[in-house]
Amino acid sequence: MQLFLQNMVNAMQWGSFYALIALGYSMVYSILMLFNFAHGDIFMVGSYIGFGVATALLGLTVAFNFPLPGWVILVFTIILSMFLTSFVGMFIERVGYRPLRDAPRASAAITGLMIGIILETGNLALLGAERLSFPPLIDTVIFTVGGVHLTNKKILIVGVSLAMMYALHVFIQKSKWGMAMRAMSYDFQAVPLMGISINKIAPLTFAIGSGLAAGAGILYSLAYPVLDPYMGVLLGWKAFVAAILGGRGSILGAALAGFVLGFIEIFSVWIFPSTFRDVIAYSIILLILTIRPHGFFGQAHSTQLRL
Amino acid sequence: MRLVIRNLQVSYDKIRALHGIDLTISQGEIVCIIGANGAGKSTTLMAVSRMVPVEKGSVMEFCGHDLLGYPPEKVVSELGISHVPEGRRLFGNLTVRENLTLAAFARNDKAGIARDMDQVFTIFPRLQERISQLSGTLSGGEQQMLAVGRAYISGRKLMLLDEPSMGLAPLLMISMFEALKEINKSGTTILLVEQNARLALKFARRGYVMENGNIVMEGEAMELLDNPDVKKAYLGG
Repeated sequence: MQLFLQNMVNAMQWGSFYALIALGYSMVYSILMLFNFAHGDIFMVGSYIGFGVATALLGLTVAFNFPLPGWVILVFTIILSMFLTSFVGMFIERVGYRPLRDAPRASAAITGLMIGIILETGNLALLGAERLSFPPLIDTVIFTVGGVHLTNKKILIVGVSLAMMYALHVFIQKSKWGMAMRAMSYDFQAVPLMGISINKIAPLTFAIGSGLAAGAGILYSLAYPVLDPYMGVLLGWKAFVAAILGGRGSILGAALAGFVLGFIEIFSVWIFPSTFRDVIAYSIILLILTIRPHGFFGQAHSTQLRL
Repeated sequence: MRLVIRNLQVSYDKIRALHGIDLTISQGEIVCIIGANGAGKSTTLMAVSRMVPVEKGSVMEFCGHDLLGYPPEKVVSELGISHVPEGRRLFGNLTVRENLTLAAFARNDKAGIARDMDQVFTIFPRLQERISQLSGTLSGGEQQMLAVGRAYISGRKLMLLDEPSMGLAPLLMISMFEALKEINKSGTTILLVEQNARLALKFARRGYVMENGNIVMEGEAMELLDNPDVKKAYLGG
């Protein structure tokens, strides 16, 4: 039982990363019917931006001899990095995807893969092959509750992730921009008839998705403080699987499936040797998708599918 | 205010749908376009709202503005031309209130929006009763009301209506056209496309008859109703 709870805690943390990244895939898919295959690499870029912001803030506090507590720097790092990374997303939309809006979806998918490669190798060219280590902004504090080890970081990661998801939910349900995004997911072509420019909603969606990916990147770096240019590849693909598992274009589904994926991975390690993790985990997911091809909340698209 | 269309040509994948049509509408008019399926009626409306690209040489002007210089969303938000498209295209995953709110997306005049919302509910009290319902669950008549209400809020100098009678029971058709007349009286110019030619011609002041992408006849609605060719082709003898 104790071990079970411990695994639950770990799975919640691990699932948070998948969920936050999967949301970006799903949001873009729901309004533009395309999967942004560069999204995993936006997570990577977000982590590096987080590294840059954190390092700069630490440098400033030293330069001005104005020591700030680590958690203050962390808060600023998260906010600033999400903000900056959202521009990366908007830039990718503008340069990579907008010119292909009426092109076959396969072209857009290939473009996404290429943008991903450019981001990875561009990073390699710019910063070199050496791995960076994310500055330890806060110290790890371990609590033991009923034999289950909790750390302040795990609580923070899960808490901040859930808060971000809730904020996204409120934004999509209550704001007029969120309303426009929902409308666009229902009928792409009718949106301009309401006087709304698709070229405003699409960048906004990329901005939010990229911001969430950056948030995930910094939270991830808190737990695993090693940055390398390819860190977003496998994680990105797995989050993409979560987006599919949740149901293409379903926001709630993506978040839920992110956590489900985390649970399946962590629990397969509990039961089987850890080298078997992904084989077991993804066989299970394959099985789920065989039974539910449209995922948890996906609908069989008919008229609106633009693939 | 005038909508002037000259030599409007539209092609879909090299197949010409409109062969250079001319059409003029003055302020406050109700004008209808009648014709068979595939005559180019819907395409004409879509060209005006910039939903389909037009060929070189086409001229479209509205209140002295060159329509070709406006993207679709600005045709609505800046020129005040709204389009109730074929099939209504409501956002079925949004409630009635959200559909109407969305129609005001580009507007910033809070008081004006509230006034127009009230006006919509005065014209279509049924929408007020259904305000929190998902629009996808409305009946056909209610959906048509919402589509028109949405257009009223988004832009109402000129309203383009594609088959407002489609799928409605005869009694509902009549009340829909009465509502449209009311909207017209408040200053909205109306251009509508109809397969129900008799109803459209009784409602409109002037009419155009389209065949195979051309305008083959135009005139006062009363004249067209009495015209033997129109009678034979579109009014069932």
